[in-house]
Amino acid sequence: MDRPPGFWPLALLFGLFVLFLYGPTLTILILSFQGPEGGLTFPMRGFSTHWYGKLWEGLGVVDIWAAFRRSVRLGLVVMVLTTLFALSAGYAFRRRFRGQGALFQLTIASLIVPSIVVSLGIALEFRLIDDGVKALGEAYGIAWITEDYATAMGLFTSGLGAHLTWTLPFGLLIMFAVFNRFPGNLEEAARDLGASPRQVFQHVVLPVIAPSLIGVALFGFTLSWDEVARSSQALGDLNTLPLELQGLTTTVTTPDIYALGTLTTGVSVLVIGLAFGAIQLWRRRDRRLAGREAPTR
Amino acid sequence: MSSSPPEAGALPAVTSAAVAQAPLWQAAPLTLVLLGFFVFPLLATAVVSFWDYTEYALIPDFTFRNYHEMFQGCADFSAGGCTTLRTYLSTFRLCVMVWAITLVLGVAVAYFLAFCVRSDMLRMTLFLLCTAPFLTSNIIRMVSWVPLLGREGAINRGLMQIGLVAEPLEWLLFSEFAVVLAFVHLYTLFVTVPVFNSMLRIDPRLLEAARDAGAGFWRTLWHVVLPLAKPGMVIGSIFVIVLVMGDFVTVGVMGGQQIASVGKIIQVQMSYLQFPAAAAQAMVLLGLVLLLIIALTRIVDIRREL
Repeated sequence: MDRPPGFWPLALLFGLFVLFLYGPTLTILILSFQGPEGGLTFPMRGFSTHWYGKLWEGLGVVDIWAAFRRSVRLGLVVMVLTTLFALSAGYAFRRRFRGQGALFQLTIASLIVPSIVVSLGIALEFRLIDDGVKALGEAYGIAWITEDYATAMGLFTSGLGAHLTWTLPFGLLIMFAVFNRFPGNLEEAARDLGASPRQVFQHVVLPVIAPSLIGVALFGFTLSWDEVARSSQALGDLNTLPLELQGLTTTVTTPDIYALGTLTTGVSVLVIGLAFGAIQLWRRRDRRLAGREAPTR
Repeated sequence: MSSSPPEAGALPAVTSAAVAQAPLWQAAPLTLVLLGFFVFPLLATAVVSFWDYTEYALIPDFTFRNYHEMFQGCADFSAGGCTTLRTYLSTFRLCVMVWAITLVLGVAVAYFLAFCVRSDMLRMTLFLLCTAPFLTSNIIRMVSWVPLLGREGAINRGLMQIGLVAEPLEWLLFSEFAVVLAFVHLYTLFVTVPVFNSMLRIDPRLLEAARDAGAGFWRTLWHVVLPLAKPGMVIGSIFVIVLVMGDFVTVGVMGGQQIASVGKIIQVQMSYLQFPAAAAQAMVLLGLVLLLIIALTRIVDIRREL
């Protein structure tokens, strides 16, 4: 068969690249089932779920399951907000509005400014807010502030904001790609038939772009679930799972960290699988509806 | 990078004032999030970088103390320069190595996907295979190297078994090598994706024409494919450079907390609550990264003009 020039060397390189991408992850997947006597490296000393059991009991001083639950909660909130905000903004960008260019550049900037700078900035912002609130509390003798107020920083204030500065640019770029290919004549037809803007959106636009929205949601959750750099300074006292994991890399010397790693990757894979499943279901539904309506037209 | 926002499938003009205002409202949530968690934080950083501080308090001021301390002794090369300069040089070195490797590897992978795979279905499947790891944890992907690269790891065992080395290699893990390897592992896809996107837009007939005109693989690559893939290469380069320049996580985990980086300085200063000093570092880093980005976008625009 006639192959394009450079096919075989590139195919070999590609194969090695995929091995390079997945090999290490598969290694810790295997090693997480290390026997109770086994260590951090090969050989396998037996095969057991011992380290998953250990993980279930928690890893020493770190309350890993609390961090797990926090990460899930934050990931879900980030997912919902990313989808809503990116959809809404993507829809806005289809028409001209004031400050359009500035908003676009700001979104891109939010993607490419180093995460440590954003994280530090958010930490500083909240530090200034805290200082301001405390000064106010003392000036006016507001009891709950002077006695109880510690900080406005937290998972769903500064943490949520930090994650959104990372997920929203991806969401908006996906929405651009989606609306670039959107068949505008569908909307025109709906409007000609007397649909209001809301009806056009609800009955024409939304069903067409739904699979892409699932993609945005997928990005929103997984990017938040794994986020480290932007959260690092912006979370306050309670860490998310990846941040706890980062701390554990220097202290844990047994395979339970592989069990945790495999579990974390498992959650990402599960979410990716759910998203693809949902997209497939939606497409099938579309085809079914199209098939049912076709003969009557 | 394009500076004007794409206007996708523009709608016909609508007259009602309420409807005309609609895009502003629709863009409001995004605008507010970026103002609250991106613009104001950067402004706060800029302002605080000129503040004074003690061990427990920030003191509003307008002083160059933080910048001054950062560059103290930088002109004195007999003492090996200052920490700041050395750190920037070492970060820059990392950056150049990672950039070169990810660019070559990313372009090769994208080329294979775009031009060597014939079925669209297979192309998309392989593309997803390359990009899916982006959606999994960077930390885990770093930890995954430990059983392979460690002193007792698979690679050292293998090398010793075949008698290539007598002692385990120490530089495989917690070293600059490990850091570069992890960066390549994590960030090659930031080059692959935009380059792949650029390459998909190249008309395959151009390649055929080049071949018919007698150009071999390398000449076609150099004179046809790469110039047309340049926008993707620039976008990929920007991603890689920014991610490496500001990194402190990979350098920390894979370098065994031994290797200096600009991001790490900021993180350490934060942990000692030296906010104004960290803010000054962040401002310098931000300025440098922006200059690099501007330089990169210039290169491409100038060449396109020629």
